[in-house]
Amino acid sequence: MNAFGELLRKIGALTIDGIWRLGFASRFFVAVLRYSGQSFRRLPLTIREIYFSGVLSLLIILVSGLFVGMVLGLQGYDILQRFGSSDALGIMVALSLLRELGPVVAGLLFASRAGSAVTAEIGLMKTTEQLQAMDMMAVNPVARVVAPRFWGGVISMPLLAAMFSAMGIFGGWLIGVVAIGVDDGAFWSQMSASVDFRYDVVNGVVKSFVFGVAVSLIAVFEGYDCQPTAEGVSRAITRTVVSSALVILALDFVLTSFMFRGL
Amino acid sequence: MRSFARIAASFALRFFKYVNTASSKEPVVQLEQVRFAYGEREILRGVDLTVHRGQLVAIMGGSGSGKTTLLRLIGGQLRANAGRVTVAGQDLSRLSTSALYALRRRMGMLFQFGALFTDMSVLDNVAFPLREHTDLPAEIVRDLVLMKLHAVGLRGAAGLMPSELSGGMARRVALARAVALDPLLVLYDEPFAGLDPISLGVTGQLIRRLNDALGAASIMVTHDVQVSLGLVDYVYFVSDGVIVARGTPDEIRASADPFVHQFVHAEPDGPVPFHYPAPPLASLIEGATA
Repeated sequence: MNAFGELLRKIGALTIDGIWRLGFASRFFVAVLRYSGQSFRRLPLTIREIYFSGVLSLLIILVSGLFVGMVLGLQGYDILQRFGSSDALGIMVALSLLRELGPVVAGLLFASRAGSAVTAEIGLMKTTEQLQAMDMMAVNPVARVVAPRFWGGVISMPLLAAMFSAMGIFGGWLIGVVAIGVDDGAFWSQMSASVDFRYDVVNGVVKSFVFGVAVSLIAVFEGYDCQPTAEGVSRAITRTVVSSALVILALDFVLTSFMFRGL
Repeated sequence: MRSFARIAASFALRFFKYVNTASSKEPVVQLEQVRFAYGEREILRGVDLTVHRGQLVAIMGGSGSGKTTLLRLIGGQLRANAGRVTVAGQDLSRLSTSALYALRRRMGMLFQFGALFTDMSVLDNVAFPLREHTDLPAEIVRDLVLMKLHAVGLRGAAGLMPSELSGGMARRVALARAVALDPLLVLYDEPFAGLDPISLGVTGQLIRRLNDALGAASIMVTHDVQVSLGLVDYVYFVSDGVIVARGTPDEIRASADPFVHQFVHAEPDGPVPFHYPAPPLASLIEGATA
């Protein structure tokens, strides 16, 4: 009975802690939005963060996009040629990337590369009292440090997802058309005829924007809320990557069920 | 020409403020019966403290005695549970965030390990408060920063990054940054921690000289008894959340208070016991033989 009671107590404590953190994260999100105006007035700060989160993530995004597209080309051709539809390879590659793989895989890579870096940077600033020093100099750290990093991530994410998809389509073309020999004209013409701008492209962009907001918020929040010790920063980075992955996959399901209604 | 006029106006305003405040008899910092607790744990239990302009005051006491909490209350980072904390005539408990930020523009703070921004050069670190709170042209900011760095002997290090500085140099850069806006009040959190004797002496002299040059009030939380007593005007001793002794350095040296005596002479045993509370050894031996 004691063990059961202890288990209940732990579950209760975890639930209360979770609700408390969720509440704090919501208030933190409101504060970030409230002070966003200040960070946009100091545009170079936000541009600098777009460079760190976006431009420096380009290599991993482009290389991953290329390989994912090449795998899609191989797998897609293998399945489609069984039904004599190998000419539809372009449609399959493009729709897979634009609707799902582009936003989701780019989001996961973005969380691992840029999200973890943002958490580490803010966490270390907290550990070394830099945020406290800023606050004592009458400079709001949420406006000066957090908001530019948040918006840097939000702006970068859809651009990176678009790059990922474009590179993936190129990878699919490389394997399908150049290596296997699918007809070049059929590949591109079927793709352009079947991909709908609003239904496929815009929905993909909306997804990547939502993922950008989620990952950036998790990254800045975990950094700001971490225990100011080496272990605390390390735990915060782990939480950023794990929470971002779970939130991206959960949000993807929710958004997909709203966006694509052909069921 | 316009920028020159603006700078002249800014200096005239500062001079007016200085004369205005200097003539006032009002203390810069005043704590009256201040109590503070972290949850159930009471840290400060009715502290009174007064600091006037031109004074350099040390707050001393053992680890965990509430010194840093006191500094945070004065800086407005914490709010007292009871009592009154007044800085420059303003009750901190009544200030909104924007009013507190306006007051903090007249404060400087030196953190224990400097807290320099690691992604900025020495020049940019010292320029940070000037760029954030003034509209001065870039050349003037640069000149002012070089003057501040010259005052701490590091004009030649303006282009270095914080990672290229020694502990003592980092502390001096942080000191230049803390006084960049010519503050009314400067707070020092353990300014001598981890410094070699030369850097310690240099930092101590700089703190005294800058305080006198600015005509500011300075409060220093420190463990370093001998250096501090040779430097400050007044000392408060904190123990277990209350002020147990106060006075000039000479009065403190001559104090008969057992705690002050133990602290000043670095005695291992006294009111602060050497042994952490434990059952007597005899009871353990009896327990083992029973």
